[in-house]
Amino acid sequence: MRIPRALAQRIAFALLTAIMAVTVLAILTIITYIFWNGLPALSGEFLFSMPKDGMREGGIWPAIVGTLYLTIGTALIAVPIGLMAAIYLSEYAPDSTFTRAIRIAIVNLAGIPSVVYGLFGMALFVLFLSLGSSIIAACLTLAIMTLPVIISTAEEALRAVPQSFRVVSISMGGTRWQTIQRIVLPQALPGILTGVILGLERAAGETAPILFTGASFFLPHLPQSVFDETMALPYHLFVISTQVPGMPVRIQYGTALVLLIFVLAMNLIATLIRSYYRRRRQW
Amino acid sequence: MVSPVENPKFLVEKLSVQYRDGTESLRNISLQIPRNAITVLFGPAGGGKSTLLRTFNRLNDLVEGTRFSGKVLLDGEDILSPATDVVALRRRVGMVFAQPVPLPMTIRENMTYGLLLAGERRRRNLNRALEEGLQAAALWEEVKDRLDEPAHAISGGQQQRLCLARVLALQPEVILMDEPTSGLDPISTAKVEDSLQSIKKKYTIIIVPHSVQQAARLADWAGFFLQGELVEWGEGKNLFIAPKEKRTEDYVTGRFG
Repeated sequence: MRIPRALAQRIAFALLTAIMAVTVLAILTIITYIFWNGLPALSGEFLFSMPKDGMREGGIWPAIVGTLYLTIGTALIAVPIGLMAAIYLSEYAPDSTFTRAIRIAIVNLAGIPSVVYGLFGMALFVLFLSLGSSIIAACLTLAIMTLPVIISTAEEALRAVPQSFRVVSISMGGTRWQTIQRIVLPQALPGILTGVILGLERAAGETAPILFTGASFFLPHLPQSVFDETMALPYHLFVISTQVPGMPVRIQYGTALVLLIFVLAMNLIATLIRSYYRRRRQW
Repeated sequence: MVSPVENPKFLVEKLSVQYRDGTESLRNISLQIPRNAITVLFGPAGGGKSTLLRTFNRLNDLVEGTRFSGKVLLDGEDILSPATDVVALRRRVGMVFAQPVPLPMTIRENMTYGLLLAGERRRRNLNRALEEGLQAAALWEEVKDRLDEPAHAISGGQQQRLCLARVLALQPEVILMDEPTSGLDPISTAKVEDSLQSIKKKYTIIIVPHSVQQAARLADWAGFFLQGELVEWGEGKNLFIAPKEKRTEDYVTGRFG
């Protein structure tokens, strides 16, 4: 017996809709659950004061500051390097076996588990380069982890700029660099920013890479220099969820909520940038 | 076969061009492009017209692995020599493409783009080039009140005249046009052709037309290209009315192509 086509289409359509609904529902459930449980914990004191009583009381201020430091530091290292690499790959590199090998390497780097980055960072930055467990070592490790995302999204954004713009600019006496500077980069900027934010968002939420390279269990004060260790939201969350007996659940959910808001806000900014420029794009 | 041109703008001697995959795009071409006239390069697709056009401003350099042999002299200078400053060359030899490609900026910025690249910063010079270029391309009246609007907002025909105008703003010596009216309606095409007739006194124009009819309308001089070979070369009035070669006659009269 054959199912009539119209019916088959309706079944398939219903199935796809259901799958999508399940996905969205899962995300919504997590978000709602964490907001529901974490919201009561949020207060000025919780956000802006130091932890007290073995972190069972007080706030998470040093972890928030630490995550900001780590994210900004990672950006300062990864964005210039990633952008230059992407410009090289998209605009200058010849189509050769060598550049193909580089691309494959980048794609594979993106798939490496974050704990491996953490161990690598410890071996290279903390021990070999004697930076010690510090903000700078953690930022370098996070930067290496973030680079593949930034490079591949930035390269994609650069490649999406129509070739005809480049040809026209060069035919008018533009050098390659002038063309990149005046035409290609401005047009690719929204796409590049989106990639940067998505990459940094991952860096902000990761625990494993900073575990051995710069995250501290507890600090009585804020870090004073890039060579100090720092507390950070994801590691703090791990610590208060598994390492501290008698931890009030309220504080755990509150911390998770702050981290979630941090990451969602970055996501929202990326989406806004993209949709704003897509509407204004002239090609 | 080569009719001598007095004091040619471009002198092409035994030019052959090969692409990386080994296909030969031009075979042993020799010709002389007269100054202050419209020269038409025509023939069926794959004949090598565009390759020749893109040799005049070295735009073929963008295609990896392109190889040249022979000579192309611009006012006596060999432009194929490795010592040639291609950026300077491209300021002297401007180009208009088949599809209008307004750069993603305003009309004004499109007009001043080339001059800014060349380092011109004086507002007075930029403004003068802007107006003169648009006037020469017969676009000034249509856009003078909307110079700061995005260039993609004007019609396709206007965009193509803008592309011509922004090349004129650079005051080049030669203008290359690769099927510049292929995407345009007949009225816009006529406007572009009119502006070519009115500017040819000042420039050397080399155009690949999009039809034999357009070739016949525009040609002061013409070359017929077939599969990488220059079949016939001569003054337009002779070549289209009394072609010497059988293959030219067959193509011009529509027997193939």
